[in-house]
Amino acid sequence: MPHPLTLTVNGTGREDAVEPRLLLVHYLREVCGLTGTHVGCDTSQCGACTVLVDGAPVKSCTMFALQAEGCRITTVEGLAPAGGGLHPLQTAFWEQHGLQCGFCTPGFLMAATALLAENPDPTDEEIGRGLEGNLCRCTGYVNIRRAVRAAAAAMRAGAEPAATAVVGG
Amino acid sequence: MIPAAFEYSRATSVAEAVDLLRRGGGEAKVLAGGHSLIPLMRLRLAQPTALVDINGVKELDYIRMEEGRVRVGALTRHATVVRSAEVRRHLPLLAEIAGEVGDPQVRSRGTVGGVLAHADSAGDYPTLAVMLDAEIVTDRRRIAARDFFQHLFTTPLAPDELVCEVVFPAAPGPHRYLKFRRRLFDWAIVAAGVQQLDGGWRVGLTNCGPTPVRATAVEAALAQGATPSAASAAAADGLNPSSDLRASSEYRRHLARVLTRRALEQAA
Repeated sequence: MPHPLTLTVNGTGREDAVEPRLLLVHYLREVCGLTGTHVGCDTSQCGACTVLVDGAPVKSCTMFALQAEGCRITTVEGLAPAGGGLHPLQTAFWEQHGLQCGFCTPGFLMAATALLAENPDPTDEEIGRGLEGNLCRCTGYVNIRRAVRAAAAAMRAGAEPAATAVVGG
Repeated sequence: MIPAAFEYSRATSVAEAVDLLRRGGGEAKVLAGGHSLIPLMRLRLAQPTALVDINGVKELDYIRMEEGRVRVGALTRHATVVRSAEVRRHLPLLAEIAGEVGDPQVRSRGTVGGVLAHADSAGDYPTLAVMLDAEIVTDRRRIAARDFFQHLFTTPLAPDELVCEVVFPAAPGPHRYLKFRRRLFDWAIVAAGVQQLDGGWRVGLTNCGPTPVRATAVEAALAQGATPSAASAAAADGLNPSSDLRASSEYRRHLARVLTRRALEQAA
């Protein structure tokens, strides 16, 4: 039997009715239409489905949507400023070639967002530990680490997540 | 991999949670962090007919210091334990173990009480609880950790009984917990923990049997002045860990001895 669900997704309040067994990742993809959050391993390991729940990184395949009642959810679609452009982490992943196929990238971006919120100047080891819940099968992680380092520097230098220059296009 | 359908209800107090579990008639399960339960449900290895979500039971989310004891509410997340200045000061081994559970995403959600109640032989808090003689407090009784972990995934908890708290002794002295694992976020294939307490050593082993093991032979040898190297030779005595894809029984026994020695050397 569907239950009412009230929460905020990327700054927008929503009210839906969902089955208890609906996982948060499926709610985001199928009910909200936010397909940037990917289903990867389906077994709580790869981190491709990482979103922020009240600012904390969570694997959305391992949480029921109803558990997000009253929470603020941020998905990869909520990273970039509303007026266009990219978040500094997105810019850095682009410029440092922090992806190849890109399937894992939304999860890495969200995990890295949480990492930098807690530690604005992480060492390479801290970046590795902060992203240990995310798997990438293309890059070997070197460029991902480089991208997080570059984004951290840009954000410390004052690049506002909401005022990043448009890249490409 | 979609879980089977279930009835969902939310509790906001211990009394309400117990009442909802009772109404589930033995088929209801507690949903806390969900990081063991939900994967099992997705694989349909678990198909509870009802879940009682206790994430709103705020009275179980706390860390308190009291008369030389560290009291941790069952709903406390691993990430909260890691960040707790009180835990770092009075029982740093607990904070270090919490920081090695899973990965940051798992630590955001998983709870101390959930790990204890799940009683996985690869769980880390159960070993700490057994080696430090911790107490598990439920809505109706107090259970010594050594009596709580009866077998793999098996505890004396009644179907409608809720783990509310775990009480550890404060132990600020030398300590170390070493996990052997192939991937950083994995469960330990074997882990060894050591903690100095009341002038002696407590030694525990993870995943060397269906329940956490207290390596009493090692503790006794150390009390008689044996070196870490000599004492750790007894770490696997009497143990018959199971073999699986990750390690044979004999290799687990080897790891128990080596990790115990390293933990003692690094703690001292």
